[in-house]
Amino acid sequence: MAFSIQMTLNGDKRRVDLDDPRVTLLDLLRERLDLTGTKKGCDRGQCGACTVLVDGRRINACLTLAASLEGATVETIEGVADGTELHPVQQAFIDHDGFQCGYCTPGQIMSAIGLLREARVHGDPERVREQMSGNLCRCGAYAGIVEAVLDAERQLAGNTERGAA
Amino acid sequence: MKPFDYLRPDSIDAAVAAAQAPDAVFLAGGTNLLDLMKGDVMRPARIVDITHLPALNGIERDADGGAWIGALVRNADLAFDDTFAHDFPAVAEALLSGASPQLRNAATVGGNLMQRTRCAYFQNTASACNRRAPGSGCDALDGLNANHAVLGWNSACIATHPSDFCVALAALDATVEIAGPEGRRSVALTDFHRLPGDDPADETVLARGELIVGVRLPAEAAALAWHSRYLKVRERTSYAFALVSAAVGLAIDSQGTITDARIALGGVAAKPWRARAAEAGLIGTRGGVEAYAAAGRAAFAEARPSGDNAYKIRLGQNIVARALARAAAGTPRELPALPGSPFATEAGELAHV
Repeated sequence: MAFSIQMTLNGDKRRVDLDDPRVTLLDLLRERLDLTGTKKGCDRGQCGACTVLVDGRRINACLTLAASLEGATVETIEGVADGTELHPVQQAFIDHDGFQCGYCTPGQIMSAIGLLREARVHGDPERVREQMSGNLCRCGAYAGIVEAVLDAERQLAGNTERGAA
Repeated sequence: MKPFDYLRPDSIDAAVAAAQAPDAVFLAGGTNLLDLMKGDVMRPARIVDITHLPALNGIERDADGGAWIGALVRNADLAFDDTFAHDFPAVAEALLSGASPQLRNAATVGGNLMQRTRCAYFQNTASACNRRAPGSGCDALDGLNANHAVLGWNSACIATHPSDFCVALAALDATVEIAGPEGRRSVALTDFHRLPGDDPADETVLARGELIVGVRLPAEAAALAWHSRYLKVRERTSYAFALVSAAVGLAIDSQGTITDARIALGGVAAKPWRARAAEAGLIGTRGGVEAYAAAGRAAFAEARPSGDNAYKIRLGQNIVARALARAAAGTPRELPALPGSPFATEAGELAHV
C-alpha cells in the first residue's frame, strides 16, 4: 500500500513517498530522509530522545505515524541553527554543560525550544524540571540542562525586547 | 508491528463506516495505540485515522456555563485554555499531572478515555491476561500486584484504569457523546468504562464502529470552580501514573455550609471510581479535618486488597482528606509548578474570591 504525503520539513515543502503505513515519523526521518540528528532511545515514548516539533509543538516522533502527517510542518534539530550561528538554546547547552555523552541532547534541545515557545517557565527552575520531565538524560546532566533552559529563556526574552524596540 | 490497512476518512459518518470492519481501531494521538502495537499487545487489521476531522477539534461553551470538548482536543490545549481551566480547574490540574509535555501535546480527549491499563501482565504478551487474551487467566493475581485495584475487582482481573483526566470528569458528571451506525447517543462517564465482570476484555460500552465525538461538562460542574482540586500520589514526582489519586469539588455557601460535594478516585479500580456515599456524608456539614477524614474512610469502606496493595486503602483515605482540605481552602489562581502533587508548595492567591 504505497502512497505519499505532503509536509514542510525544516522549511522545505516536500512530497514524501511511503511504501508502508507502519513507518513512524522517527523512522521516516532517520532511515529514509537521512536526518539522523533525531535519536531513537526507547522507541516507546518514554525517553524523549526523538522529540521534534510538529506544527510548532514538541511531540515524540516514535509514537507518530508518518502517514497521519499530511500537511504538517515538522522541525528537527537539523533545522534550528541559522547557518553557522547556533540557536540560542543550542549555545546555552554548550555554555552550561547541558550534556555529557550527547545522545539525548537533540531531543532535549527540541523539547526546550518547544517549552520556551509555550512560555510558561517564568524563570522558575521547578517549572523547567517539571516541564522537561519527558526527556531523560542517563548521564545525569540535569543541573546543566535546567541552567541552560533558564539562560535561553532570558536570552530569547531579550531578543524579543530588542526586536520590538 | 503487524501490517494494517490505513484509511483516512473525511467525515464522521465515513469513519464510523470504515470502523465496522473486524479488528479496526481509530487513530487519534496514537500515544497509547502505537506503543501497544509495537509491543504486539494490540494487533489491529485496519487503522482509521480520524486526526483530520475538523468537527472534533473544538472547545465550545454553553450559554449556561457548561462546556463541550471535541474528542480530538489535545490534552495540553484543553489544560492551557484559560477560560476552560478557570471554570474547570480540577480537569486542568488532572491533565497537567499526567504524562509528559510531549505526550500531552499529542494525546487527545477521546484517546484518554480509550487508553488501556498499565498492568505489566496486560503489556507482556508472554503473560496470562483475561483482558488481552480472554480465558487465559490472570498472572497479576499471584504476581507483582502492588499497583493493582482495591475496588471493583474480581478474580478475572485486578487491573486499574490509568487516566487522571477521567477521574476529574467522573467527579464533575461529564457525559460522553458517541457516534455510531445507529446515530448519536450519550453515556455518563461513570457508566462508560466497565468493571471486569465475566469478560475483562469488554472494557467500555462502545459497540463495534462507535466513535467518541466529544465530552460534555454540565453547568453545575462550573459552579464547583471555587473549591476544586486534583491530588495524585505516584512513585516519582513527575511523569508517572497514579498509585492513588482523587478529584474533588465542593460548593460552600456564605454560611460555610457544604451544599455540594464531589469525590472521584483514580488508580484504585478498572474505572474512575465515584465515591457517592462519601460525598453524601459531607453535604450539610461545615467540613473540617474530622469531616474530611470521615469522607476518606467512607470512600474506601468497600475496598479490599487484591494482592500486595493494602497500603492503597490507607493512602487513598488520606489523599481524599487532603484533597478536600485543599479544595476547601480555595482553588489557586495559578497552578503550582507541580500540578496535582502533594509536594507542591501552595500558591497564596485564589482564583475565585
